[in-house]
Amino acid sequence: MTTGRVRIAFDRLSVSFPTARGRMLVVDDVSYAIHDREFVSVIGPSGCGKTTTMNIVAGFMQPSSGAVTLDGKPIAGPGPDRGVIFQEYGIFPWLTVKQNIAFGLTLGANRQGAAVREEVCQRYMRLMGLSDFADAWPRMLSGGMRQRLALARAYAVKPQFLLMDEPFGALDAQTRSAMQDLLLQVLAAEGKTVMLITHSVEEAIYLSNRIVVMTARPTRIREIIDVPFAYPRTDALHESKEFGELRSHVRDLVMQEYAVQAKQSENVSG
Amino acid sequence: MRRTALILAPWLLLLCAWYALHYSGLVNPALVPTPHEVAVRFVELMRDRLPLDILMSTRRVFVGVICGIVLAVPVGFVLGWYRTIRTFIDPVINFFRALPPIALIPLVIVYFGVDELAKTVILFYASFFAGVIVMYEGISQISPIYVRVARTLGATDFEIFRKVIVPMAVPHMLTALRVALGVAWATLVASELIAAQQGLGALIQNAGSFFQLDIIYVGIICIGFIALLMDLALRMATRRFVSWQERIV
Ligand SMILES: Nc1ncnc2c1ncn2[C@@H]1O[C@H](COP(=O)(O)OP(=O)(O)OP(=O)(O)O)[C@@H](O)[C@H]1O
Ligand SMILES: [Mg+2]
Repeated sequence: MTTGRVRIAFDRLSVSFPTARGRMLVVDDVSYAIHDREFVSVIGPSGCGKTTTMNIVAGFMQPSSGAVTLDGKPIAGPGPDRGVIFQEYGIFPWLTVKQNIAFGLTLGANRQGAAVREEVCQRYMRLMGLSDFADAWPRMLSGGMRQRLALARAYAVKPQFLLMDEPFGALDAQTRSAMQDLLLQVLAAEGKTVMLITHSVEEAIYLSNRIVVMTARPTRIREIIDVPFAYPRTDALHESKEFGELRSHVRDLVMQEYAVQAKQSENVSG
Repeated sequence: MRRTALILAPWLLLLCAWYALHYSGLVNPALVPTPHEVAVRFVELMRDRLPLDILMSTRRVFVGVICGIVLAVPVGFVLGWYRTIRTFIDPVINFFRALPPIALIPLVIVYFGVDELAKTVILFYASFFAGVIVMYEGISQISPIYVRVARTLGATDFEIFRKVIVPMAVPHMLTALRVALGVAWATLVASELIAAQQGLGALIQNAGSFFQLDIIYVGIICIGFIALLMDLALRMATRRFVSWQERIV
């Protein structure tokens, strides 16, 4: 499903960080493209540089060399066209559930009147199952509810892109599976171009059009895998033979990269 | 009902212990006036100089703390937010904070005399350094994730300041105020002990030179209760302003 126009393009992207022992190359000459309304998952060993690449798309960092473009234009900084779901959610603790969702709509970039804000809040609270908690403080919410709130807050400003960094990593298996289905459901209603970082091979297959497998640091592209299953997808997909084959293929790649990483750190310490 | 009983219980216990000490014969009863003697003296003094003493003392504390906090909030804010500035300024702040304000009283008397200005200066000093540390420690703990989230939702620098940083700073501001109040109150009495005609410290000092133990007790108890009331009031304010927090302070 790589038919739509290119939205996010990584063009020979390299990133290095200054360290005590000189510059450390983290991302090494990565090129690929994410197309309109495509769901791309990025998977790879821990510490390889996945968050780093996403930070560049989000506009928090600049490439050391190469470029990342959005609709052909360079990225100047963070903006409401790209909704970011952080691993630690970043729910504002001093605002209620509803105020969190409305936050983006009170800013100059996307300001809406009270009536529209109310309507948007109601809509996403209903969609995310938060209606009963409109006026609750975030500290009263469970992990899954915080996750849904983060998603609702990002959706409220109508981003075209969704950048998610291990969004379901902290959830238990049942909640995680429910959140995956909810995400697919929401995306079916309001299509977005999605980049998702995950450590779960199953999650990557279940959700994505394509999976980008990254190598150990300095990270390069190991393989880009097309996921052939049509949407809407249901839980039963997990049981299919094709799913199983794809899973073992992706898992092998990831395990190999973990092995490379382990060897590297052995060499460093030895 | 139960709650009231629980709140009163420790006070009653203290009162009993006080009577017990007086009548036990462990100490010379003349050196420990009974609670009811102190109460009688309190009523007497309330018709005399005590209201003015209380007024003077509380007013000094308020002026000093307000001046101190008004400066401590922006300074603590800048130090908390800009790590590089903090690295250089932190030792200086800690140097001055480590000096007990009481030790500076003689110097302040030399420079500012013995009138109101001198006391205000001491209290300002005490509350500024107490407040600024709480403030910047608090601000520097604020997680940068909220700023990042706000940016991805389209916030400008000014919007981030007003809608993210200020709300997160409010609890630290209130804590700084509480700490400053405690420190200022302790310092005030010390400064009044040394040089003042009015105020609770002066009351105690005068009574001491005439060996009027009951008046000393009245003074001490007033100091304790006023500090307690101020703290309670601030805690109530805190609860109102930062109800989003689980526990306050
Ligand atoms: N600001 C920085 N300065 C120096 N080094 C950094 C910085 N940010 C990341 N790194 C290093 O770059 C490497 C990649 O980090 P990154 O967070 O992108 O990994 P990741 O693939 O997201 O890992 P994980 O799966 O564990 O989240 C790590 O070795 C990390 O220590
Ligand atoms: Mg990461």
